[in-house]
Amino acid sequence: MSETIIRKMQMDEPDERRVLDLTSQGLIGRPVTRPDGPAKVAGTASYAGEILPEGTAFGVLVRATIAKGKVASLDEASATAMPGVLGVFTGERFLRNPAQGGADAAPVQGASEVAYFGQPIGLVVGETYEDARHAAYTMGVTYEPADDASVDLDTAKSERPDAKQLDQGDLDAAMAGAAHGVDVTYTTTPDSSAPMEPHASVASWDEEGVLTLRGSYQMLRHNRIELADALGIETEKVRILAPFVGGGFGSKLGIAPEAVAASIAAKALKRPVVVAMTRQHVFEGTIRRSETSQRMRLCTDADGRLTGFGHDSKVSNLPGESFSEPLAMTTHFLYRGENRRIGHEIRRVNRTCAGSVRAPGEAPGMLATECAMDELAEVCGLDPIELRKRNIPDQQPENGTPYGTRLLAECLEEGAHRFGWADRKAPGERREGEWLIGMGVASAARTNMTAPASARVTLRADGTALVETDMTDIGTGTYAILTQIAGEMLGLPADRVEVTLGDTDFPPGSGSGGSWGASSTGAAVMLACEAVREQVCLRMGVEPSALTMRDGEAMAGNTRRTLEEVVGDEPVAATGDFEPGSTTEQRVMASYGAHFAEVAVNQTTGEVRVRRMLGVFSAGRILNERTARSQCIGGMIWGIGEALTEDLVHDPRDGHVVNRDLAEYHVPVNLDAPPIEIAFLEELEDWGSPIQSKGIGELGICGSGAAIGNAIYNACGVRIRDFPATPDKVLAGIISEEEAGRLSSGQEK
Amino acid sequence: MKTTLSINGSGHDLDLDPRVTLLDALRQHLGLTGSKKGCDHGQCGACTVLVDGRRVNACLTLAVMCEGREVTTIEGLGAPGALSSMQKAFVEHDGYQCGYCTPGQICSATAMLEEAKQGWPSYVSDDLESRPALTREEISERMSGNLCRCAAYPNIVDAIEDVAGSER
Ligand code: FES
Ligand code: FES
Repeated sequence: MSETIIRKMQMDEPDERRVLDLTSQGLIGRPVTRPDGPAKVAGTASYAGEILPEGTAFGVLVRATIAKGKVASLDEASATAMPGVLGVFTGERFLRNPAQGGADAAPVQGASEVAYFGQPIGLVVGETYEDARHAAYTMGVTYEPADDASVDLDTAKSERPDAKQLDQGDLDAAMAGAAHGVDVTYTTTPDSSAPMEPHASVASWDEEGVLTLRGSYQMLRHNRIELADALGIETEKVRILAPFVGGGFGSKLGIAPEAVAASIAAKALKRPVVVAMTRQHVFEGTIRRSETSQRMRLCTDADGRLTGFGHDSKVSNLPGESFSEPLAMTTHFLYRGENRRIGHEIRRVNRTCAGSVRAPGEAPGMLATECAMDELAEVCGLDPIELRKRNIPDQQPENGTPYGTRLLAECLEEGAHRFGWADRKAPGERREGEWLIGMGVASAARTNMTAPASARVTLRADGTALVETDMTDIGTGTYAILTQIAGEMLGLPADRVEVTLGDTDFPPGSGSGGSWGASSTGAAVMLACEAVREQVCLRMGVEPSALTMRDGEAMAGNTRRTLEEVVGDEPVAATGDFEPGSTTEQRVMASYGAHFAEVAVNQTTGEVRVRRMLGVFSAGRILNERTARSQCIGGMIWGIGEALTEDLVHDPRDGHVVNRDLAEYHVPVNLDAPPIEIAFLEELEDWGSPIQSKGIGELGICGSGAAIGNAIYNACGVRIRDFPATPDKVLAGIISEEEAGRLSSGQEK
Repeated sequence: MKTTLSINGSGHDLDLDPRVTLLDALRQHLGLTGSKKGCDHGQCGACTVLVDGRRVNACLTLAVMCEGREVTTIEGLGAPGALSSMQKAFVEHDGYQCGYCTPGQICSATAMLEEAKQGWPSYVSDDLESRPALTREEISERMSGNLCRCAAYPNIVDAIEDVAGSER
């Protein structure tokens, strides 16, 4: 094979060539079914804990049952005396906290100290899973509990880092002098990512000291560094494989305790070790989303134009953790308001580590901002859509940066039309028996991010293309869209492109997180293909501008060759390297949309059923209409969970997670999900990525819960400010509305 | 404990710890990893297989209890080149994202159609006597034991509706 060519691009200026519009295979945007689909539906796709090399031993984690203190002893002798037990492992390299996304270094380590209830403190390895489990669950542990455990949010010490505060103009004066205003506080509960595949790792070491870890991780280029650092070995000595990942949603951004535990045990035992976290371990020992308290102060002039916007929030995390739920992500740019205050307080508690869960910041942040906007619309006497449209800023209200593509107003208008918004009535006016029906709206917005990414593309002798990158597909559709991009660029039908992912031996992709996968790794594939096309031109002796590639043929002027002929026995390979650049400072870039929800609220029980939802989104170029739609649907249903059911409960006495299983932590089930309509308003964003796409994986959850909260208000006049809106809270509100005479008791069934 | 399991039509002689669940027997002892473990507590449905044609949570079933019964797993319903109509419909309707809950969804859906055919009512059926029409609501309710955190639910219902419609 000839030497691999490298094509680099750093995004310091917009790429207005729109390369994907110049090609002619016709794959981009099409609703191509996933190439990985047949393996998934037939059960042959292998996830992390499923390929067990000969002689694999089974490990089960031991958890701490205090909130803070020292582990005085693990009764290793009794455990190893039990049948089939091969060893007990612990130590200062064990992870205490899971790694945050993109950490690129080991997280807090050391199993002898306990920082939260449920923290992994050891690993029992046995010949069989049953042997290891029994010994782990009966392990004798003694502690020296600390007397200063901080488990109660109300008494916890807090910090207000300067970098996370903003004070512009004079919000107090603006509020005092405003024509209209609201000053309301919203609270949300902690959530869990709860991916269906629990975290699992299979570790094996070879004679040269190279560790191969089959894991369930989202960002392998970072995970490799984190794991190597945790183990104290060179990054080059670690290979991570994750061709299929059973969901991540943030919880698999950074390495979790099982990866390090499995690696340590496998090294000591000189045999492969698999550690699959139990569902309970996942709830307690991987990251959670912080609970939030958010005071919203919004005020307008007489025309409903925002003059002030305040967003003061409180979140929590373990002492020393740098991550804190960035609730004001969209607050910075979504609406007007020259007087602005953003406050951020982090309470330090000995509770499971907080980190990124799908749309960190926006998901709970927009529950508050978008419900507060609904309240503001009412005091202004404006339709909530009109209020939002009047407050779309001309430039970023804090630093004056111009916006990239932004179809927020268009999404709201299109949605209003499709949803039948004009039929919305006043609260309490639409009734079907004991059900009160209401509609709600919310804006959707998610900051557009990109990340460094590389991918290699090889045009092979048989006229097919191979794409290689350590990028992951966590359900997002990476296999599909990279197939489409390579097929489009090289003129190949989808079945002549092979995409291989999830192996750190391949060039490092962006990883899956922050909705940046498609725009970043997709750009890398596009760049690699451009270089391959140039090589094809050289071989054919034609100008790049004259080349057309379609259906496995390369054509220029009078020349027409099959790709097999062009390649001969010398495959053409190129690597594309994409880097974000200064365009991220030159433009405010985000994906936008509008959420609509119709709910039925039972006046007798307070139960809320979502009857239908609509999401209208604009996220740059839509690469695959089918997988994009699925991403949006998934996010919107997460919004149902956030608005109505999900609540990770911590015991205020010792901080333990009370509902650490799927029976007690309520993710939405099939019957909770109504019919959902999705529409895309297409646009091309030249400033973010050379393929003109923007992030879409998290957009669906940004604002969908608020549309539901607003629909509840429209149904029954009850304003829920403490999410989730469980029946007890809704019913209490209904009773007070009835007592105040604002809601008829509705007995005329 | 010696036991013989009949899985996807072939017999397997196994010597198992009595604590081994059917799910772990499939995944760890027989290499049939199509059945997934999402909770190990009967709370998610990822491990759904068919035992004598009825859907069960393999994580709540001990392997040794299955002697003399016919177990069908996702691998027994179809293979990538020869998918069952339900498997095909899931691909066509994008009835999955990460794919982890998918084998359980498909086994569950396959058996669910049979239950409906036999006239079993559900929580949302208005009439407990007559054969229920498989509306979207009926399908959703009957599939609510299979969690999907990717929340492909509307697409899952589309896929099942498609198969139910063509079988009608
Ligand atoms: S693994 Fe059996 S129900 Fe969850
Ligand atoms: S497809 Fe990911 S959990 Fe269902």
